[in-house]
Amino acid sequence: MLSEIILKMEGISKSFPGVRALHNVDFTLRRGEIHALMGENGAGKSTLIKIITGVYEKDAGQITIEGRPVQFKSPQDAQNMGIGTVFQEIALCPNLTVAENMFIGRSRSNFVKWKQMNAKAAEMLKSLGIPASPTQELASCSIAVQQMIAIARAVDMDCKILILDEPTSSLDEDEVQKLFALMRELKARGVGIIFITHFIDQVYEISDRITVLRNGELIGEYETAALPQIELISKMMGKALSDVTAMKKHEPPKAENSVPIFEAKELSSAAGVKPFNFAIQKGEVNGFAGLLGSGRSESVRAIFAADKVTGGEVKINGKRVKIKTPLDAMKQGIGYLPEDRKGDGIIDELSVRDNIILALQVMKGFFKPLSWKQTEEFAHQFVEKLEIKTPSLNTPIKSLSGGNQQKVILARWLLTHPMYLILDEPTRGIDVGTKVEIQKLVLKLAEEGMSLTFISSEIDEMLRVCSRLIVMKDREIIGELSGMNLTEQDVMHMIAQGGK
Amino acid sequence: MPRIKAHFDRLSHLFLPLSVLVILIVINLIKGADYFRITMVNGAFYGNIPNILFGASELVILAIGMTLVTAASRGQDISIGEIGAIASAIFVQYVLRAGSAVTLWTILAGFLISCVAGLLIGAFNGTLVSFFRVQPMVATLILFLGGRSIAFIIDGKVSPILANEISNQIGTVIPGVPIQTPIILTAVFIAVVVVVLKTTNLRLYVEAVGINPNAARLNGIDPKKIIFLTFLIMGVCSAVAGFIAVNKAGRHDSVNLLKFIMMDAILAVALGGNSLGGGKFSITGSIIGAYTIEILNRTLLRLEVNPEAIKAFKAVFIIILMVIASPVVRAFVRKVVDKAKTIVAANSVRKTVGLNKAVFFITDSSAGKKEE
Amino acid sequence: MKKFGLLLLVAVLVLSVACGLALAAPQKLIKVGIVNLPPEESGYRQANVEDMNKVFSRENGYDAKQTNTADNSEQIAAARGYIRDGVDYLLISAANATGWDDVLQSAKRAGVKVILFDRLIDTDPSNYEAALVSDMHYEGQLATDWVLNNVPKPIKLVLIRGQLGSAAEIGRSAPVLKAAQEGKLEIVADGTGGDTWSLEEARKVVEAAIAAGKDFNVIYAQNDGMAQGAVQALEAAGISHGKNGKVKIIGFDFNRFALRNVQAGYWDADVQCNPRQASQIDQWIKSGNIPKGIVYQQELILTTDTITDEHIEKYGINADPGKGVITR
Repeated sequence: MLSEIILKMEGISKSFPGVRALHNVDFTLRRGEIHALMGENGAGKSTLIKIITGVYEKDAGQITIEGRPVQFKSPQDAQNMGIGTVFQEIALCPNLTVAENMFIGRSRSNFVKWKQMNAKAAEMLKSLGIPASPTQELASCSIAVQQMIAIARAVDMDCKILILDEPTSSLDEDEVQKLFALMRELKARGVGIIFITHFIDQVYEISDRITVLRNGELIGEYETAALPQIELISKMMGKALSDVTAMKKHEPPKAENSVPIFEAKELSSAAGVKPFNFAIQKGEVNGFAGLLGSGRSESVRAIFAADKVTGGEVKINGKRVKIKTPLDAMKQGIGYLPEDRKGDGIIDELSVRDNIILALQVMKGFFKPLSWKQTEEFAHQFVEKLEIKTPSLNTPIKSLSGGNQQKVILARWLLTHPMYLILDEPTRGIDVGTKVEIQKLVLKLAEEGMSLTFISSEIDEMLRVCSRLIVMKDREIIGELSGMNLTEQDVMHMIAQGGK
Repeated sequence: MPRIKAHFDRLSHLFLPLSVLVILIVINLIKGADYFRITMVNGAFYGNIPNILFGASELVILAIGMTLVTAASRGQDISIGEIGAIASAIFVQYVLRAGSAVTLWTILAGFLISCVAGLLIGAFNGTLVSFFRVQPMVATLILFLGGRSIAFIIDGKVSPILANEISNQIGTVIPGVPIQTPIILTAVFIAVVVVVLKTTNLRLYVEAVGINPNAARLNGIDPKKIIFLTFLIMGVCSAVAGFIAVNKAGRHDSVNLLKFIMMDAILAVALGGNSLGGGKFSITGSIIGAYTIEILNRTLLRLEVNPEAIKAFKAVFIIILMVIASPVVRAFVRKVVDKAKTIVAANSVRKTVGLNKAVFFITDSSAGKKEE
Repeated sequence: MKKFGLLLLVAVLVLSVACGLALAAPQKLIKVGIVNLPPEESGYRQANVEDMNKVFSRENGYDAKQTNTADNSEQIAAARGYIRDGVDYLLISAANATGWDDVLQSAKRAGVKVILFDRLIDTDPSNYEAALVSDMHYEGQLATDWVLNNVPKPIKLVLIRGQLGSAAEIGRSAPVLKAAQEGKLEIVADGTGGDTWSLEEARKVVEAAIAAGKDFNVIYAQNDGMAQGAVQALEAAGISHGKNGKVKIIGFDFNRFALRNVQAGYWDADVQCNPRQASQIDQWIKSGNIPKGIVYQQELILTTDTITDEHIEKYGINADPGKGVITR
């Protein structure tokens, strides 16, 4: 394990006006290791990465690469030094071919030699074990393969250091394994990989060492094998172990005689989910379980009329109502936190304040704007309650971290006091601390009498908060599971067997 | 205090139009120190400032509508001059029907009818853009090409004369009032817009739709309706601008009335620091932008630029302004200011109060963007 | 026998009358194809199209077909159609000055006589018979001569040009610029409507001249709307103009409102731009005496002293505000 150090950062500090983002942080990366960089929102992970990649200039400290001190003035400098980066959002052109995406913008001559390029691409894809053809259009590849192509592109530039920022957040388990195979291949070639993720399990599966940051400071560097998961979590959160493990879901409410707060019969939508029946009791937390593409998101979208509703009937407290638009749903006391936070959730240029009050404001109506004082109060209240980290209420939401953005959207819906709140992947792409906070919040809201539907790709997370799981496969409900002692195996089993 | 801060955040968008305005004023002051001088002529204020306010009135009103259309639909309405020509043609026909007995009520009724016409035309454009998803420039191209023919036919194929005293007073001054009527009308219009923005959620809805229509829809806002609404408002703005223009002219010249004014209106929106790709908007910026363009036009005349070269000069000026406005230059300025600030802080030397204040103001007003 | 003779006489009479009638009925109409711009282009064009309709009518002995479009290719297509129809004369006011060579030559081959009106075409003069147009330069000369003879010396002139580069702007500017070069007058301000002929731009030009402290005693505006805008600027600044005023005003185009302003002494003079080419062309066709090449129309200048109601009625274009009504 004591191989050669290729990247050494010492005493790195960086401040923005009013914020100290990093303070005296050390970080080392060795040849041929996978090094996980862990931390909550605002821990300083992104800032550190941006300094390594030359996006930011550090205020203090020293960076050496293979023993030589370096000074990056631009991302180009960093690239020239052999640092490659692949971000969560794939920055490729979907309408170009795989080979074009791998080479375009990088060839030294202005004339592209197509044949040569395709041949070279084919060779690389093969050696890295990427299942794609050079002449295939990128858009026709799966997200995982696209991710791998982005890595291939980065690696090709004589890359010694590869930074992978949340590369797995939109991949399913199978695809993750393919990606890991590629990472191991690169590791074997001597590339040092910095791996950022919020999937703790993945960290333990692939990484050699872990560096933990918290509030801009270095907490420590550990051998992965020597650090128990629960300890890692507590180091990231800065909280005692008991705090993390104390969460406990409550008994599902007795459903026998009460009228469901929401009930749908033969509901279907233009998004292509098969007509389904669904009901939820007051104070219940249930979830739609299933693999990606099983129709779980489409189902909840149909409930909220986010897609055009094409059939079925809906009852609220036993009374038939018409829900044709999201506004109808909102007026019936339903809230919906969408799966795609960036595309459907945040209004990125608007302030945290406006993003929080949006749904309430729309429900009040066009001609009844909230007063400045009211917006101030509401926004402030939730920034405190959900511990949203933001410089001010007027900061555009896009400059917040993913977890804090998600909390703002949560705040938006909580402010409308829904009786039924749908959360589709509320914890995707956010750090573990916020994840736990959100899970706790869900249970607390249920205790206070709110009904919630909770969807997550991580089944264990759903098992922790949901008292009932509706299992879906191929856009159809195939069964239901309930009980306090459900395990992941139970769910897997049902999906595998296709019902009962 | 936070509220003031929020206003500063908005004000930072005004940095561009205001700086341009200052540059132009300085040029004019160099050309003649009496630039701001105002005298009384026949009981009304006269001077460069009243002339600018008078000359820009239609442009200001149109720039406001264009700002909203741009913000919501992420495109521009290029038929505004034609809408103004049609609406004012209808106004003139209504007034002429009254014969010689034109009263204030005739004018008012005619104005309201022309506003309804503006609404209907706006609804036409809005339907194409919001419900049929035609690109705004393509949808409004129809009226841009055909609008003046329609106005000409409404005119009865002549340029009708609006020779009544009230129209004349609307186009010039009302005896006893020292400010020219179009300036007053523009001020009233701006006041109405301010009230609308204060008493409705127009800003929030339009910005939400312009930035992220999907998210807006999932929060209960119907993007189609909001885009449609902005075209309705644009129609009314065009009708009001047409009303002012035709009363200024005293006759309806369907060929030249508000010709090519959409160019300046779009430019005013851009100069106002607004993105032509929609989203957040600043009406204050657009208004300042509109006055800036008016001053620019007059400055070129004041500099006695050769008529053959005047368009080239205007283009060069605008390119320079847009470069100053570009995010690249703004980021650079911010960087320089940040550096200056840290130096000032490090030395902790108390410079003159004025300097510190200035640096504080600039950095403060740009703080909102820093997190990007 | 006598009876028979009478019958014969009657028969002959009836026959001859019938024959006479038969001969008179299809008295040959002259077939004309007119390719023009649409009337909604301007008041000028409206008057032009109206005049064409009036003159080339069935009562006047014409079988006329008309196409009014601003699209050059549509115009050319229409012209081809008329040639196929076998018209005797083809009258053209072209949207663009170019692209007409082919169609004009095929007209020549088919023996169709082409007469251009109002607008010239860039082509060999042999491709058409005659062209009847306004001479913008002549109009400018009329106006410039009037300025030189009627404005008190020294003449300090504000020049307001129309749409830059248009035939009207070039023609109407040239004599003034020449006079200035020769030192007969001084141009103290020179402005333009840029892409338009708009009133607002003209107003700004004069306002800028006033703001710069320029002294001037005549405004030479290249159309009536611009003259109107210029006068608005003077009014707002409290500078007198017209018959007894300090600044003389001259406009172009003979809009009726402008002529009324001249008549009232609010302005001083206006120069005609005659849209009524039809009767001249009618005369050429009827007499069979068509001149060769470009012919310029006779055009008038009217001043406060020379103008009459009849002039306004007969030569004016666009709406008439009525006697004594000033359009400010």
